[in-house]
Amino acid sequence: MNTTGPLTGLRTDTTAWSLTFAAWLVASVSMLGALFFGEVMQLPPCVLCWYQRIFMFPLVLILPIGLFPLDRKVVRYALPLAVLGWLFAAFHLLLVAGVIPESIKPCTQGVPCSQTVIEWFGFVTIPLLSAVAFSAVIALLVLTYSRSSK
Amino acid sequence: MKQKTLFIGAAILLLLVFLIATLVYQSEKIDQSAKFAERNRANLMRMHSPALGKADAPVVIVEFFDPACETCREFYPLVKKMMAADRERIRLVLRYAPFHKGSDKVVAVLEAARKQGKFWPTLEALFASQPDWAPHHAPQVALVWPHLEGLGLNLEQLKADISALETAQVIAQDLDDARALNVTMTPEYFVNGKPLPNFGYEQLKKLVDEALNEAQRR
Repeated sequence: MNTTGPLTGLRTDTTAWSLTFAAWLVASVSMLGALFFGEVMQLPPCVLCWYQRIFMFPLVLILPIGLFPLDRKVVRYALPLAVLGWLFAAFHLLLVAGVIPESIKPCTQGVPCSQTVIEWFGFVTIPLLSAVAFSAVIALLVLTYSRSSK
Repeated sequence: MKQKTLFIGAAILLLLVFLIATLVYQSEKIDQSAKFAERNRANLMRMHSPALGKADAPVVIVEFFDPACETCREFYPLVKKMMAADRERIRLVLRYAPFHKGSDKVVAVLEAARKQGKFWPTLEALFASQPDWAPHHAPQVALVWPHLEGLGLNLEQLKADISALETAQVIAQDLDDARALNVTMTPEYFVNGKPLPNFGYEQLKKLVDEALNEAQRR
């Protein structure tokens, strides 16, 4: 294995690129999935879903800007969005699970956030998909960052 | 270079998957709603449903509507025009679908007016004054009354009928039927039992014309 010389730099570059690219893939699939639920299946998004969209959709644009040409600083811009989105997703999950009581849920009219509209295999719900996606984006971005700092 | 190809390829692939999934979902939904309507034909019309046109007209348009719905208001004159063009052969049956919150109370007014034989003038008065009594999509039955003056309604009887059990049952029945027929938005039209493939005046016109042609051939 090569540990010195320009080849190493090239390889960590490629790894960083692939990791950010993977994060973009996750964000894009999430965005298209959310649009499918909302626009095609016509399920109205609840308030918490809107906040999660607000933090997911910009990633689809910001991450590619960091890919061409590769700019590892993109992690600094993307990570805050992903973390905030993750917090909303976690809050939503706890709400659906009933851990957080009804009274402090922020949506009082329109679509109740605690309502489960989709349940695949008995446990996969939209907030779970969202939490998984945000976790994956965060993990991939953190990996990108740690690869580049070495 | 390779990375650019990978990125563009992935983006195109994702969009294609999205488009194909959308097309598949929509065509399945059209099939499903047609089958739904076929299976639940009995739910299309009820004895109480207000109707315009000849009872034996070959083309029957069933419309699920909400008096507070703006699109219903806009479509009403269009449907009337369609009927005026072929008075003998088109029948319009209205079904209540009060999906707006508070709209059920306005529907109760309509139903009570129907008992006095004043359904159509009341409906027209309500549509005409819709922005006044349903500001910002929030129907308020208290604002309805001034617009019903001059229709010759017996208001005392009307108020009694509004809170009658029978009225509530009629509304519940129509909402049940809407559910059975998979009606989720208003207005929703069925032409001789067939739902619109997707919403729009052109689609409704096409379905009615097809039904008229079919009636002609028979």
